[in-house]
Amino acid sequence: MKSNLAFDFRVNKEDNTILIIREFTADLALVWDAYTKPELLDQWWAPKPWKARTKAMEFKEGGFWHYAMVGPEGEEHWGYAEFVKIVLHKLYTGTDCFADADANINRDLPQSKWEVTFTGKSEEVTLVEYAIKYPDLAQLEATIEMGFKEGMTMALEGLDDLLATIKK
Amino acid sequence: MRRDIYQAIADPTRRAIIALIALQAMTPNAIAEHFNTSRQAISKHLQVLTECHLLSQEQKGREIFYTLKVEKMKEIDQWLEQFRKVWESRFEQLDDLLSTLKSKKNEK
Repeated sequence: MKSNLAFDFRVNKEDNTILIIREFTADLALVWDAYTKPELLDQWWAPKPWKARTKAMEFKEGGFWHYAMVGPEGEEHWGYAEFVKIVLHKLYTGTDCFADADANINRDLPQSKWEVTFTGKSEEVTLVEYAIKYPDLAQLEATIEMGFKEGMTMALEGLDDLLATIKK
Repeated sequence: MRRDIYQAIADPTRRAIIALIALQAMTPNAIAEHFNTSRQAISKHLQVLTECHLLSQEQKGREIFYTLKVEKMKEIDQWLEQFRKVWESRFEQLDDLLSTLKSKKNEK
């Protein structure tokens, strides 16, 4: 039952952090793969009807994930994440940057730092904590302006559809 | 320079001013008494908050009282709510993916 899974979204406006906690009904190794393998990430990272498309990824310390969020009209918003620290099946940290299709990073635009922690609650349940820190809330806002706004509005519609399907 | 709500709350002194006047309408002098900074600095912050459309002014006799436009503050919450829903949507997709992967694994 999806509704029984823990989901917590905490915002701390004082230190500009967002903590997103979620449980998944799968073993730790599988959830870890879903977060760290491009072919799996592409299948869930973008909110519907957007699609994530990985151009290149090197999941290692000092590595990166270069991907596009592709909209229903074919519009592309490029993302570039840099991996800083990786502890297998435990945690990874990194930075989100804005980049173009050729992976030229725009250092003038906001960069958020995140830390993702995995905890096996049982054979069947894995807890993932995703902490995102923004330099300030204005940068958080800039994130929407870079194109996620449309994606989000549509994600809401997608969620409604999904909920309707589940209820049937 | 563009002024918006995020800029308004980016500064700790402005956050404190917002908290103060959320409770009651206050004059610039009364606000300044709560801080160690100069009156000029406070009036600069009040100017920024006004430009962010967070304050309304009311003239009472010879004094101006500032009050907070609470509905404007809700913009941040609305944005964060959208952000939360994106993650919800993402996670629903991950749930589906995980259950697909699990059933594939069991078939093997």
